[in-house]
Amino acid sequence: MEIVVSDSMVQNTNQVEGRAVPEKTLGNIHVDNPRMTARNVDVFYGDKHAIDNISLDIGASQVISFIGPSGCGKSTFLRCLNRMNDTIDICQVEGEIKIDQQNIYDPAIDVVSLRARVGMVFQKPNPFPKSIFDNIAYGPRIHGLAASKVELDQIVESSLQRAGLWEEVKDRLDQPGTGLSGGQQQRLCIARAIAVSPEVILMDEPCSALDPIATAKVEELIHELREQYTIVIVTHSMQQAARVSDRTAYFHLGKLVEVGETKQIFTNPQHELTQDYITGRFG
Amino acid sequence: MTDRTYQGLDPQQAAERVAASINLRKRKETRFVWLGKTAVAIALGFLVLLFAGILTKGIPGLFQYYVTLDLQLDAQQLDPSGQMTVESLAGGDFDGVIRASLYEALGNPEGRKAKREARRLISSGSSQRLMTYVLDNPEQLGSTVSIQFAVDDDVDTFLRGLISRETPEADRRISDQLINYIDALNAQGRISYEISDYLFFGSASRDAEMAGIRGALVGSIFTLLVCIVIAFPLGVATAVYLEEMAPKNRLTEIIEININNLAAVPSVVFGIMGLAIFIVAFGMPRSIPLVGGIVLALMTLPTIIISSRAAIRAVPPSIRDAALGVGASKMQTIMHHVLPLAMPGMLTGTIIGMAQALGETAPLLMIGMVAFIVDVPAGVTDPGTVLPVQIFMWADFAERMFVQKTSAAIIVLLAFLISMNAAAILLRKKLERRW
Repeated sequence: MEIVVSDSMVQNTNQVEGRAVPEKTLGNIHVDNPRMTARNVDVFYGDKHAIDNISLDIGASQVISFIGPSGCGKSTFLRCLNRMNDTIDICQVEGEIKIDQQNIYDPAIDVVSLRARVGMVFQKPNPFPKSIFDNIAYGPRIHGLAASKVELDQIVESSLQRAGLWEEVKDRLDQPGTGLSGGQQQRLCIARAIAVSPEVILMDEPCSALDPIATAKVEELIHELREQYTIVIVTHSMQQAARVSDRTAYFHLGKLVEVGETKQIFTNPQHELTQDYITGRFG
Repeated sequence: MTDRTYQGLDPQQAAERVAASINLRKRKETRFVWLGKTAVAIALGFLVLLFAGILTKGIPGLFQYYVTLDLQLDAQQLDPSGQMTVESLAGGDFDGVIRASLYEALGNPEGRKAKREARRLISSGSSQRLMTYVLDNPEQLGSTVSIQFAVDDDVDTFLRGLISRETPEADRRISDQLINYIDALNAQGRISYEISDYLFFGSASRDAEMAGIRGALVGSIFTLLVCIVIAFPLGVATAVYLEEMAPKNRLTEIIEININNLAAVPSVVFGIMGLAIFIVAFGMPRSIPLVGGIVLALMTLPTIIISSRAAIRAVPPSIRDAALGVGASKMQTIMHHVLPLAMPGMLTGTIIGMAQALGETAPLLMIGMVAFIVDVPAGVTDPGTVLPVQIFMWADFAERMFVQKTSAAIIVLLAFLISMNAAAILLRKKLERRW
């Protein structure tokens, strides 16, 4: 997926605001118990420098949200975490990203096993055009997670239950997943990600295509999932970031401006860019 | 912007101008709709004309006239050695039996000339038919049976009313005496108009009444089988590689341009290439469906590749993301998600290519599939011909009955085409329902 950067707009706001993006990230990038660590990550799309020297820890069993204006690089950074950027030919990633002390860009690491550990939920609900059952069962099947048909049934049921979808779909597992409502589809996608028992779940604006009620359900789900999984969520909604996340990172023009406890970021931001963004002065 | 005092239109004025422009737009729309309707009507008109022409000419071609004769199957005369094998029957006098029965039906004409005219009534292939009958029904030897024989093509043409009795005898292909014989047989109710078994079960023949399309039909089926077995997997694999795996560089760009260009190469060029490579260089035999199928496969490959690539490109990227996101490898993403979703589109392209191949004549002429072959091919390495080439050959023959045979063969070709398309549509529906 292309990350569309509206240069003129970003530059414009930057000039109007007249503030410099800091060279060094404000706030504490470290956590006590990191699941993933990124150090000095740079991403280039051809000549374009999309991510500029970002270092960040992602704590285990925590929800961290990435916020920032369009084209600030938050989705690009998210996609580095499970190497989804590999699919873009001109994209080049430098620096070091580790999961449990293992460099994910190490040639010895198989990207398939990485993505089984770091699952992803996309902006637009994208269930496979297959039955609800097959949607969930696909991941376990290709990774050989279920030893028997019974076990596979159990995986599907527990995934759907954890995604809060079981009661709604248990009588129509053989019907196409694309026939569900938008919110149900997105929860189906979350269930699909859970089904392969990942350690980290990346969510790229998971609620941007959903109505408020469906959004509330997904947020509730994120709340419940945080106990078992590490969740990284990119969002355009500051209220959502404030509601669901433990830590918040603010991105601007490919740089990580500020990171900290969500409460602190929203009540006492250290940088004026963060302050202006969360108070809605631009973005 | 030069007029600094310009304050914009007042709403009243603007509303008037909008009303005027709306009228103009409406008129344009109406004109466009009419243009479209006329175009569709013209196209439909031509289609109706085409089908009406083919059907009115071709449906009579599916039938032909037969004469029923009562034959005394004398064992001694038909099978002198009594072994009932093809070889022993070859010594039998089948023509004699048929002639005897014919003369009897006509009231035993006297004189050689009268007899010769009588013999012109029935097809020269009648003895062959009787021999086949005897081989299939040996128990009938010694009894009297009635068998239908095709009438000669000139008699058939006369019976259809295409030769007028008013024409002076010297100017028509059948004599007065023959007409008298025909009338006599007609009066006895021996002449019947029935679905032509020669057309469907006969093979190539110079005698119009015996000519059939079976050899060409079987040849077409073999040729298309070879064609699809080669072109479909190759085409789909190429499309998948170019679309999903190949790096985007100079080389793939050149390959892409060349594939697109190949789609526009005249088919006869593929025929010449087949002749030069497969027949001259590789020494493969001429006129065989295998070579024909390979040549047609090369011809249809670009069509299949181009449509398959379009079908693959139409698969939403979100599905690829979803598959990669749960940890499917590139190959799994393609095999489990992209290919099944693109399959209906690929099949459509393949069917278009196959339909094109089915109707192709020129390249097959180049590799010698135009040869006059009586035997029905038993495999892809047996010499044969194909339907369009058969039609082409028949259209060239002078006998009047071949006009009807040609039209009938065209109907069979169209029926073949329509059933192929219907099968593809059914297959596509089935694949789509699975998803």
